[in-house]
Amino acid sequence: MNAILRTDNLRVEYRTREVRQGTKLALKSLNLSVNAGEVFGFLGPNGAGKTTTMNVLLGYVNPTGGAAYLFDVNVREPIARQRIGYLPELTYYYKFLTAEELLRFYAKIFEIPKAETEKRIDQLLKLVELEHARKRPIRTYSKGMQQRAGLAQALINNPDLLLLDEPTSGLDPLGRMKVREIIQRLKNEGKTVFFSSHELGEVETICDRVAILHQGELKVEGRVDDLVKQYQCNLEQIFLKVVGYNAE
Amino acid sequence: MNKIVAVSGVVIRELYRRKDFYVLFILTVLITLLAGSANFFNDHSIVRYLKEICLMLIWISALVVAITTAARQIPFERENRTIFPLLAKPISRWQVLVGKFLGCWLASGAALLVFYVFFAIVSGTREHSFPIGNYLQAFWMHWQMLGIVIALTLLGSVALTTPAANVTIVFIITLGILFVGPYLHKVAIRMTEPSASLLTGLYFAIPHLEFFDLRGLIIHDWPMVGWLDIGAATLYGWLYCAFFLIAACLVFRRKALN
Repeated sequence: MNAILRTDNLRVEYRTREVRQGTKLALKSLNLSVNAGEVFGFLGPNGAGKTTTMNVLLGYVNPTGGAAYLFDVNVREPIARQRIGYLPELTYYYKFLTAEELLRFYAKIFEIPKAETEKRIDQLLKLVELEHARKRPIRTYSKGMQQRAGLAQALINNPDLLLLDEPTSGLDPLGRMKVREIIQRLKNEGKTVFFSSHELGEVETICDRVAILHQGELKVEGRVDDLVKQYQCNLEQIFLKVVGYNAE
Repeated sequence: MNKIVAVSGVVIRELYRRKDFYVLFILTVLITLLAGSANFFNDHSIVRYLKEICLMLIWISALVVAITTAARQIPFERENRTIFPLLAKPISRWQVLVGKFLGCWLASGAALLVFYVFFAIVSGTREHSFPIGNYLQAFWMHWQMLGIVIALTLLGSVALTTPAANVTIVFIITLGILFVGPYLHKVAIRMTEPSASLLTGLYFAIPHLEFFDLRGLIIHDWPMVGWLDIGAATLYGWLYCAFFLIAACLVFRRKALN
């Protein structure tokens, strides 16, 4: 299998504001690889280093050591992000734009030809069920609608790899189901999905492989079925064991 | 270039969907119309003073539009976290910054054009003359001056923490350069070393925004400036824009966005 997302001894240190502490190690030599066509769950408690890893992959933060690659291109190069789609945890879009203006803007960034852009906008707005609201400013959308607009923008370039940061966070059960359906559909189309989530039941249902991160270190990585067999319990219990939680 | 144009398009959309420009324009229109309709002692030369006041208003309004628009770009992108989905696309930070600059510059230019056209119409109806060449040169130079101010504001917006501090500092610097800048070398002559050398150095280092002030052409109906001089001043302005933008890109490139 060829890894389309790879980190080699990835290390990230932050300078802390406290005088005595100096630096904080957010990631300690993270080695991770995600293969083409996989749905990969990236798990860990808050502060484990999931967001830092995402930030490095997206080029927001430069690693202190090691390197990260998308499609064998170092993430420091903007072109590494040509074939990815990213959905942030919360909706961070220009609220004064309409959904179709937003999609047109991002399509221009990907340098997608005009005719193709219009075709994709129609398809995506239909996919995320926002056709009726395509000409309304995003600020008038409900949270679920905004998250679906976010999913549409993540798919505008027909990406081969999707990075989803807690895609169902804060959505109602119906919204969650819709997002799950879309992820499943993308998987069936052969897309690779890398997503972080705290919804372990959801991860267990959708993911092929998972990685559990704790205090900046990779604790567990493997196929969900294999892990369930190995630990003789479900993913939630595995997660709790790995992070050292003991329910007395 | 497409990516830069795309970013600039969003800036322009933002400006015309916000209310700031409309408020300033309506205020300028009201003051200009009030001033233009006044007739003081049947003195026709009073028109010059009125033109001066109106052009001063246009200068202030254009500076407010340019500085406030440019100052909020990067901080608001970071505050609203819209910078994250944007930088997750194949676009580099310098392209974002240059796109922001282009958007602010074009948007300010469009706003400035509206002000000048309105002023030309009001002034023309009073004086029955339309010195188009003079208006064109005054507008062009004014727009180039706004380019320098916008580039400086963008540099401030990536270096300083709050937009309010940036706006205040850029306003002070701009007004300082406009009103004090032209006399720095004259003050330096009367000073002792090393202050004299420092002040002379500062005189040559600052962008002389007063070069771009051609209001006199319109107010006093002076003959047009040579196009070669306009070209040289434009080049001078672009060099300063490039300098401030490169500095802004270098600062922005090092910023951790988390």
